Amino acid sequence: MREARPVLLANARIIDPSRDLDIIGDLLIADGIIREAKKGIGAAGVPEGTEVIDCRDKVIAPGLVDMRAFIGEPGATYRETFASASQAAAAGGVTTIVCQPDTSPAIDDPATVDFVLRRARDTAIVHVAPMAALTKRLEGHEMTELGLLKAAGAVAFTDGTKSVTNAQVMRRALTYARDFDALIVHHTEDPDLNGDGVMNEGEYAARLGLLGIPPAAETIMLERDMRLVALTKGRYHAASITCAGSLAVLRQAKDSGLDVTAAASINHLTLNENDIGSYRTFLKVKPPLRAEDDRNALVAALNDGLIDVIMSDHNPQDVETKRLPFAEAAAGAIGLETMLSAGLRLVHSGDVTLPVLLRAMSTRPAELLGLPGGTLRAGAPADVIVIDPDVPWIVNPDELKSKCKNTPFDEARMTGRVVRTIVTGRTIYESL
Amino acid sequence: MTSTPKSSFVLSRRHLLGIEGLSATEITGLLDLGEEFVALNRQIDKKKASLRGRTQVNMFFENSTRTQASFELAGKRLGADVMNMSASSSSMNKGETLIDTAMTLNAMHPDILVVRHHASGAVELLASKLDCSVINAGDGTHEHPTQALLDALTIRRNKGRIEGLLVVICGDILHSRVARSNIILLNAMGARVRVVAPSTLLPPGIERMGVEVARDMREGLADADIVMMLRLQRERMNGSFVPSVSEYFNYWGLDQKKLSYAKKDALVMHPGPMNRGVEIDSIVADGAQSLIREQVEMGVAIRMAVLEALSRNLPNA
Repeated sequence: MREARPVLLANARIIDPSRDLDIIGDLLIADGIIREAKKGIGAAGVPEGTEVIDCRDKVIAPGLVDMRAFIGEPGATYRETFASASQAAAAGGVTTIVCQPDTSPAIDDPATVDFVLRRARDTAIVHVAPMAALTKRLEGHEMTELGLLKAAGAVAFTDGTKSVTNAQVMRRALTYARDFDALIVHHTEDPDLNGDGVMNEGEYAARLGLLGIPPAAETIMLERDMRLVALTKGRYHAASITCAGSLAVLRQAKDSGLDVTAAASINHLTLNENDIGSYRTFLKVKPPLRAEDDRNALVAALNDGLIDVIMSDHNPQDVETKRLPFAEAAAGAIGLETMLSAGLRLVHSGDVTLPVLLRAMSTRPAELLGLPGGTLRAGAPADVIVIDPDVPWIVNPDELKSKCKNTPFDEARMTGRVVRTIVTGRTIYESL
Repeated sequence: MTSTPKSSFVLSRRHLLGIEGLSATEITGLLDLGEEFVALNRQIDKKKASLRGRTQVNMFFENSTRTQASFELAGKRLGADVMNMSASSSSMNKGETLIDTAMTLNAMHPDILVVRHHASGAVELLASKLDCSVINAGDGTHEHPTQALLDALTIRRNKGRIEGLLVVICGDILHSRVARSNIILLNAMGARVRVVAPSTLLPPGIERMGVEVARDMREGLADADIVMMLRLQRERMNGSFVPSVSEYFNYWGLDQKKLSYAKKDALVMHPGPMNRGVEIDSIVADGAQSLIREQVEMGVAIRMAVLEALSRNLPNA
């Protein structure tokens, strides 16, 4: 590949949550590395041949690290490939996709991790970091080869959207993972308490005649996990927190010094159960969208750092699994391309600041997974995005890059989006 | 041929998907029209021509005897060509999706489609893809609007009014589309509604749908003008929602003794089919206070009213 020219992104608001930097200045990129980010580098202080891009009224931030995205390789390439997902990611400002292991076959042995990394290297235009399965075939019975998988390149261990219901299995995994400093990521939903439920339990479910899922189904599993983390001293990350009850449990765990972090999906931070309207299946996600009080609690938790990470929970579903009655439709929503813009809603409404939002979408996930991105420090890989925070646009499903169009923000009006995405110094996406 | 009905009520909508969203005026319009068809149905010549040339398809993805028969008779008495399709004979069993089935039917240009489906919201989904009028004949645990309308007509004929009455709905509220439609209709018409059931059969949040909630029959039936019993399916009585049939009947089954907690002139209703000895005792079901057979009669009349009122709004009507 031809070396990219050095680039100076000039006159921008530079936000680097990794060192609480928020200044107006310039950022210099050369040889795929961030050289410096400060006030007044100017066109005079750059190497010959540097491309100078005026970024007045724009924001420069570390590329986003999406900690939870389902990609259909291997086994479901009709839903998404690394190629299509990475195009969507680039358009959404995501420079690292952390893909999930609930594929077919599951990513539960080192050879599959290797396959994924090679496929991503050959076909994706952004970085791809796989999580591996926590238990073999995601069955929740036997733990996978955590050590070998980590050595092969797995950045964390999870059973995707399945919960490990057997407390003994979870205890041993947390204990064993400690020896490899491996991060366990867990989807907390008690499948028995979920039962046949398809949306949040409450008045709206009662009116629609849909069976409800109580928030307690999530909180119970999280509470159990906190006891196990206390017992094992393992490293634990709650994959998708959705309700106020779980936040209280999380608060207590963090206050008592447990090595626990948590993520919330962009869907749960910006939508609630009422958005389901008249059985809109694109709003069917797992865990389900909750009440407005829960959403407000999540936003507050994001502000005080209780929620560490915002992820897209990207889950492409094709038309035939979504054009069904609500109870029969598949759960999941795409999100790589809209995560940042949806998050900007919270910024424009005054609920969170831009640095808080960007920290949860880049710096924190990179830290938790030990990835090199999420920062604009000199010497860091040049994974950088340029955001126009004020440009209005409408989400048109036909223009989305993902293979599937199941976006809950179908036709939604947005303010702000990524205008340039740079991966390892090279611009891979640019909008006019 | 008999004369046209005196009521010229038009339901100014394309579909009847639920009671939700209907105004008291619209409900009253349908009940008044239904009342006229009651008289017609008791004549020897029951035939009218208002739907002549129209095609009505009854599409039942879930088994039904009385509702399907009732819609079929209603359509035929109004002069429509009526075709019945049931799940066992339809291509739904061959793996065709609901939408594909709908598009296939759509190409045959029916005027009115009557649909029952086991999934909540399925009828609305179909309606969004079709050019014809769609009538919801029951979708999952969501709504069953014509049942609520026929219940209202039955109540009005026997009590002279709906407003101000206390209607108590007993039994499996959680899984009942009949309960939901009735709760919405009775609230719209100014009745008081109370539900009585074991807590496992009450949907969380039900108290915010405009009902009082009671857990036992003595408290629940106090001052009731109407006692509406719901069917409890057998698979829900084996320990999953309630421990056993006998325990359920003991605490929530309607017998003479429990009926005595209601007003002296309280009337008993049941949407059918009944489980005698489970939710209702035969003596009560067949007794003087029972309106159960009249409900069936009102079913045909109200479905004629719905077909007639919707068809008046069809193109070229």
